[in-house]
Amino acid sequence: MAAQYGAINMLLEIRDVIKSFEGPHARPVLNGVSLTLEPGQTLALTGESGSGKSTLLQLAGALDDFDAGEITLDGTPLMGLDDKGRADLRRRVVALVFQQFNLIPSLDVAHNLAFHARLGGVEDRSWLAHLTERLGLSDLVTRFPEQLSGGQQQRVAIGRALGLRPKLLLADEPTGNLDQIAGDAVLDLMLELVADTGTALLLVTHSPRIAARLGARVHLRDGRIDGGEM
Amino acid sequence: MIATALSALMSHWRRHPLQLTTLLAGLALATGLWSAVQAINAEARASYNEAALQLGGVPLPELRAANGTIALETYVALRRAGWQLSPVLEGRVQLGNTWVSVMGVDPLSHPGLPAMRPTDGAPLTTFTQMFAHRDTIADIGTQAQDTRAQELPLTSSTQVPLGMVLGDIALAERLLDQPGRISRLLILPQQPLGLKTRQPLSVLAPDLIRSIPDRGADTARLTDSFHLNLTAFGLLAFAVGLFIVHGTVGLAFEQRRPMLRTLRALGVPLRSLSLLLLGELILLAIVAGGIGLILGYLVASALIGDVAATLRGLYGAPVEGSLTLRPIWFVSGLGMAVAGALLASAQALWRLHSMPLLAAPGVLAWGQHSARSDRGMALAGLGLMGAGGLAVLIFDGLVPGFALLGGLMLGAALMLPGALGLALRFGQSRTRGPLAYWLWGDMRAGLPGLSLALMALLLALATNVGVSTMVSSFRLTFTGWLDQRLSAQIYVSTINDAQGDELRAFLAGRVDAILPIRYGEVRIDGQDMRVYGIVDHASYRDNWPLLDGAPDVWDQVAKGKGALINELLARRNDLWPGEPGENDAQLQLGGGWVMPVVGVYSDYGNPAGQIIVSLDSLLAHAGPLPNRQFGLQLDPADTHALVRDLNGAFDPPLAGVLDQSSLKAHSLEIFDKTFVVTGALNVLTLGVAGFAILTSLLTLWSMRLPQLAPVWALGLTRARLARLEVVRSVALAGMTALLALPLGLVLAWVLLAVINVEAFGWRLPMYLFPWDWLVLLGLTLVAAAAAAALPARRLANAPPAELLRVFANER
Repeated sequence: MAAQYGAINMLLEIRDVIKSFEGPHARPVLNGVSLTLEPGQTLALTGESGSGKSTLLQLAGALDDFDAGEITLDGTPLMGLDDKGRADLRRRVVALVFQQFNLIPSLDVAHNLAFHARLGGVEDRSWLAHLTERLGLSDLVTRFPEQLSGGQQQRVAIGRALGLRPKLLLADEPTGNLDQIAGDAVLDLMLELVADTGTALLLVTHSPRIAARLGARVHLRDGRIDGGEM
Repeated sequence: MIATALSALMSHWRRHPLQLTTLLAGLALATGLWSAVQAINAEARASYNEAALQLGGVPLPELRAANGTIALETYVALRRAGWQLSPVLEGRVQLGNTWVSVMGVDPLSHPGLPAMRPTDGAPLTTFTQMFAHRDTIADIGTQAQDTRAQELPLTSSTQVPLGMVLGDIALAERLLDQPGRISRLLILPQQPLGLKTRQPLSVLAPDLIRSIPDRGADTARLTDSFHLNLTAFGLLAFAVGLFIVHGTVGLAFEQRRPMLRTLRALGVPLRSLSLLLLGELILLAIVAGGIGLILGYLVASALIGDVAATLRGLYGAPVEGSLTLRPIWFVSGLGMAVAGALLASAQALWRLHSMPLLAAPGVLAWGQHSARSDRGMALAGLGLMGAGGLAVLIFDGLVPGFALLGGLMLGAALMLPGALGLALRFGQSRTRGPLAYWLWGDMRAGLPGLSLALMALLLALATNVGVSTMVSSFRLTFTGWLDQRLSAQIYVSTINDAQGDELRAFLAGRVDAILPIRYGEVRIDGQDMRVYGIVDHASYRDNWPLLDGAPDVWDQVAKGKGALINELLARRNDLWPGEPGENDAQLQLGGGWVMPVVGVYSDYGNPAGQIIVSLDSLLAHAGPLPNRQFGLQLDPADTHALVRDLNGAFDPPLAGVLDQSSLKAHSLEIFDKTFVVTGALNVLTLGVAGFAILTSLLTLWSMRLPQLAPVWALGLTRARLARLEVVRSVALAGMTALLALPLGLVLAWVLLAVINVEAFGWRLPMYLFPWDWLVLLGLTLVAAAAAAALPARRLANAPPAELLRVFANER
């Protein structure tokens, strides 16, 4: 079964979502996509370039609007939600990890790690210290992002996201910019921490090898769900 | 190949019209303000030269008397001895409310006066006509009640400088009421053979002083400081404009690096590419320069009237209030635009040429700096400040003074990024909230991109504080000084000595005191100056603004045992009263007349030296002097009635009756006009600096998104981020303004204590005007908020898709 919806206590429910971008040859990037995610569940979203997987991830993270359908995140319907409401969800419920790391260049590692949690008002110093140690960043806390390797930057990005103790972690090709060894190490850490904390994970990837390590998989083709294993 | 490559390069500007507008506007503003100042200076200098040419061309040696006038008998004796001389009578006369300079010459013997030709080509009758500029005639013509003005046989001649009446010496004698008097004798080039040894002038007329005047240079020297002031402002505005160009060109070059890499990969040689970029830059500079010249002409046209009025009022310099387009101005303006563009782009061109093009594209690399480069800049800034200070310590004159100003300004600008970085680091260390912490850090990270605009703002603000403190201190001092100096209630001028006697009789019993204002002329170290003779009166003792002098200074002057001199003469010739127990400096007044300097008084606005002695001393040494000007002491309540009576009681009317308040108002009007141009340039420079911030923020817009998008993704709304952008701009501008304040005060001190002393010969006390600073700070914050408003609005309204592009995997 490619998609399920309508389950009770779902953390994320996506139903018949349609999304188009403006332009002279506009066509839907997502064309009636539906899926659900339970608390603690891990799901890989695969597909070719342009299939709409990153767009779906962004809609799930309350980062963008959609044209039709329904998305409910932690019980809050996103359709019609204003900018403030969306920002509130991003501060409390979801956290994001991007392929480009997207750390804040003007803050050192320690402040980057704590930043999201502090924005959400849930800073837990012992948890952050634990994360820092687990992620192997203890010796790097005073460094700035430009002084770190790609793998180190991505570990900081994961730490920043999990520092919030989010209900849902959204990761877009988190190892795409890393070599295989560094990528595997980062993925191992992320999956371990997600499992430890009971955080749900929606991960976008090209790689069947990475997708195979998650609890479920959904494949997108031309904006539609084209198969998967739940 | 070249055309294709050029087309590709130019496509950048089509895609970034705002950047192109910024570049053109920055360069046009810089060129505009610079060329406006140059147009004004060129016009004034051309007027001086023209006036000097029309009044005699090549200067001849001349003879002058110590008391200012040569007796007719002396002239006759010299002529009989065989000397070929040409007499000149000069003076100033008030016709109604208009003062004019009168120059009377002997048309037969004078070596050449192009100005004495009628404009309308009418037959020349130089003995019966007087010549004046048509505007001067128009001014005199409006003084209908003055009978002398109505009777003047005035003919229009465009070659006579404004404010002057020129004519036969006999007519001038009548107008000046100085029959048989001569101001100077020109020594003509052709003299009888052997006369110099047979009948030397030193034997025939030992009292006369021989000198070679330099009339054009006299005016130029007097006005040099004024023009230097304008030039300095023009240069500052130009520099501020170049900051904009530097920032924009740097960004544009960096953004085009991937394109240049591609062009090279496709076979365009680096040399060709560099030449194409250079050509493109020169083309843009010519376009911007052209716009700047139009702008400059408009600004100069708007300001030239006030400048001319200032130069005429303050220095008596003959400047017309209209602007002539000169080809050299046009060419030099374009030259400055091209040179400025190349200078501002040199770094970008060099970096492009020297950096490997296959390096990763670096929009983010642009403007990146390290603490080390901050330290380097700060050290260079300190070095510049030190060099400026050394220049003043080692050399005398105005140029070292301006070198100090330049060193201070440029040095402070170079130190600004480091100082702001330290302040931001300190602010961040004191902050706990995550957002505020990020904001401090973000400001610090964004500093390199904004530092040029902030440097421009620092320079403009410091100049504003410095110049306005100087002008306001000067005005405050000047107003107080006028109150002291103009202690008489009414000042009266009569048309001749006989009317002076009539006046005394008329005033008997109507006033408390009649103080004669009588003066002769002396030449000290080649400079002409007046010696005033005064009677002993309490109004001098109580009010005269003394800067230095013993407690019994007035007793010594009254007894003829000492002279007072003005500050300019004291400073230029280093003549000061001695400390107790020391001797006073001795003043050589010519003809063996020596007086100790017993006091120094302030004399603002007077570009020449001045001396005060007792009237008896003056008359004893200078002989009979005109007695036609008087200061009247009376109850202030009776002033208006007496002015009315004086205006109606004499036939022919008195030459002038001015009450104290009118005189003060007139003096303040001249004062204020003097600084109209300074004020206008000040505001324009500040405007350019504000524009620099706006353009920096706009051009940095594309670089801000990668920094803001992650924070947005972590849960901040676009509106809040936009507000923070405004806060960021306001905070940086505010900190720059706070740092500009001490710099501005140092600047004010240099202007008051160094530049003014060198330029005008007087030193002014410095006053502080905290309210003005608050207003300036407020304006700066508003300008910074306004500059940030447009990019902030774009951010607040940016669609999520624009922000999400930052996270796209295949950017």
